[in-house]
Amino acid sequence: MPEQTLIGAIRDGLACALAADPRVVVMGEDVGRVGGVFRATEGLQERFGAERVVDTPLAESGIAGTAIGMAAYGLRPVAEMQFMGFVLPAVDQIVSHAARLRARTHGRFTAPLVIRTPYGGLIRAPELHSESLEAFFCHLPGVKVACPSTPRDAKGLLLAAIADPDPVIFMEPMRLYRSVREDVPAESFTVPLGPARIARPGRDVSVIAWGAMVPAALRAAADVAGDGIEAEVIDLRTLTPLDEASLADSVRRTGRAVVVHEGVRTGGFGAEVAARIAEAAFLYLQAPVARVTAPDAPYPPFLLEDRFVPQPADVAAAIRSVVAF
Amino acid sequence: MRVVAFDAGELPAYLDEGGHLLPGAQAPDPDLALRLYRQMLLARRLDIRCVNLQRQGRIGTYPPAAGQEGVQIGAAMAMAQADWLFPSYRDGAAAAARGMPLDAMVAYWMGHPRGGIAPAGVNVFPFSIPVGSHIPHAAGMAWAARLRGEDACALCLFGDGATSEGDFHEGLNFAAVMRAPAVFVCQNNGYAISVPFRRQTAAEHIAAKAAGYGMPGLTVDGNDVFAVHAAVAAALARGRAGKGPTLIEAMTYRLGPHTTSDDPSRYRTPEEEAGARAREPLGRVAAYLEAAGLLGAAARAQLTAEVDAEVDAAVTEALAAPPADPGDITAFTVADGGRADA
Ligand SMILES: Cc1ncc(C[n+]2csc(CCOP(=O)(O)OP(=O)(O)O)c2C)c(N)n1
Repeated sequence: MPEQTLIGAIRDGLACALAADPRVVVMGEDVGRVGGVFRATEGLQERFGAERVVDTPLAESGIAGTAIGMAAYGLRPVAEMQFMGFVLPAVDQIVSHAARLRARTHGRFTAPLVIRTPYGGLIRAPELHSESLEAFFCHLPGVKVACPSTPRDAKGLLLAAIADPDPVIFMEPMRLYRSVREDVPAESFTVPLGPARIARPGRDVSVIAWGAMVPAALRAAADVAGDGIEAEVIDLRTLTPLDEASLADSVRRTGRAVVVHEGVRTGGFGAEVAARIAEAAFLYLQAPVARVTAPDAPYPPFLLEDRFVPQPADVAAAIRSVVAF
Repeated sequence: MRVVAFDAGELPAYLDEGGHLLPGAQAPDPDLALRLYRQMLLARRLDIRCVNLQRQGRIGTYPPAAGQEGVQIGAAMAMAQADWLFPSYRDGAAAAARGMPLDAMVAYWMGHPRGGIAPAGVNVFPFSIPVGSHIPHAAGMAWAARLRGEDACALCLFGDGATSEGDFHEGLNFAAVMRAPAVFVCQNNGYAISVPFRRQTAAEHIAAKAAGYGMPGLTVDGNDVFAVHAAVAAALARGRAGKGPTLIEAMTYRLGPHTTSDDPSRYRTPEEEAGARAREPLGRVAAYLEAAGLLGAAARAQLTAEVDAEVDAAVTEALAAPPADPGDITAFTVADGGRADA
């Protein structure tokens, strides 16, 4: 099995999909000739041609809208939005059409498309290049939201997303693109959309995270282990559908929960996770569910981003406080 | 397709690619020519400095403007004090010409929360990061100025890629319907990151799109600063006269990478780049000024030293700024300095 970075695994997943299924079209700004601003699609246009790996006009609503038409007609578009902060012009298409095409036509028309987008902060980027907007899309029945934290999951979840009959927002943690490596099967495989993964088992507290917050949670867990606290880290992998059974199972064992995310606090997906835990495991809880999130403010200029995005120390502090409650 | 011309008739071009006055062109006002050159030179020197600062890790990702000073300075210096500038990320040259302090711009690319903010009296909107999203703002500001019976115009700068966004359409359409005194200046530098102009539109020219909005559109040589200045001045005068907006497409070239993270050799040939360097706007004006006897080599060196000192002072000030204040993260979210439940 070759060792891959997270971005290498995504590229590899796209290549597998393009090779296996002639309906797959990769499209977006700069994805063709240069292979994407992060090189996620590097080499794919040479290999599969400019009609299957397509540089589009600079227009996110156009990308999402045409992808809906293409998908409805039988193709499998995999569209890239260059940064999550720039998905926003496409939101009307995603919300008003992709998410409800199946429902309003009772399945007569559907939109099996994937929107890949790098997200997240701490990369010293200019304004609006560090957003974590998962909560917007999790609020949207009819669309699934996946967010891997490892190369293997990135490839497997991406292939599952491309095969999925419904639209999927596929969030790629930019900060992990090249900082994590692991062996990833070279052949095509899927990691199903839905099930969470226990990234580290533990008995004292459940720490729930996704994407780039998973390594932060793991570092915090390693840190509190020095105090004899065994934290279980759950990598959600898919936010919607949410694996409520795994959450409930973990919290019933540990009695405590900390949810970590990069998005802002109010209306963040952590609120949903906390509510599900309260619904499914209320009588097992020994402390209120804690949230470690960005504050309620726009993402700041990057000299302040370390104070905005949760750090391992913030997660460790929250773990200690729920254990001490 | 017919490109709608100004009702003022044909607009002049001034310089050929070598900086020679075109046959039949009237010599530009010497004082204006010198002021335009100085501002272009300052922008170029600051731009080079910012690229170096990024390479040294002192500032973050930076989008160089080198090569586009003809458009940005020509347009900005045609504006009146009360007019508002709506720039994109690459338009620091224009912002500086409208009075944006240089150190504030350096601080912006340093990721400092106090960076990029225009002081009172400097009517420069914040650099627009989502491509094209500021075009409707310019339409709205200009519309408001007309409603309030004031003379202020909007000038909006954006790239060729921006014309593919829905906001371009909506902004221009509003401006035309509302007869807003706005001037939309598209810097057609041939690329949106790696994507060539030909993939943004099947129309021959961006200016042709103006017809669809019922406003005049014209294409100028963006590397001829005098031509840009004249075109924008005429468009602003048209706006002030109550005749509504204008779309100007200025043909230019980004000499450097899209940003300091980009490698243009992956999508441009060395021949193309060399050709573009031969047509670049700054050297053209320098050649003109020298031939016209307005600025010789020695005086040019002196002027360069002068603007370099200005750049040095700005960079020193930006780098010496007090550390970013974490209180700034939430302090300005809403008017009362925070949320009731925070
Ligand atoms: C809405 C949006 N989508 C994508 C991006 C990423 N992006 C930044 S600049 C750019 C290309 C812009 O090209 P153009 O409008 O021609 O201006 P130029 O950069 O050439 O000055 C892209 C795709 C963005 N900033 N905003």
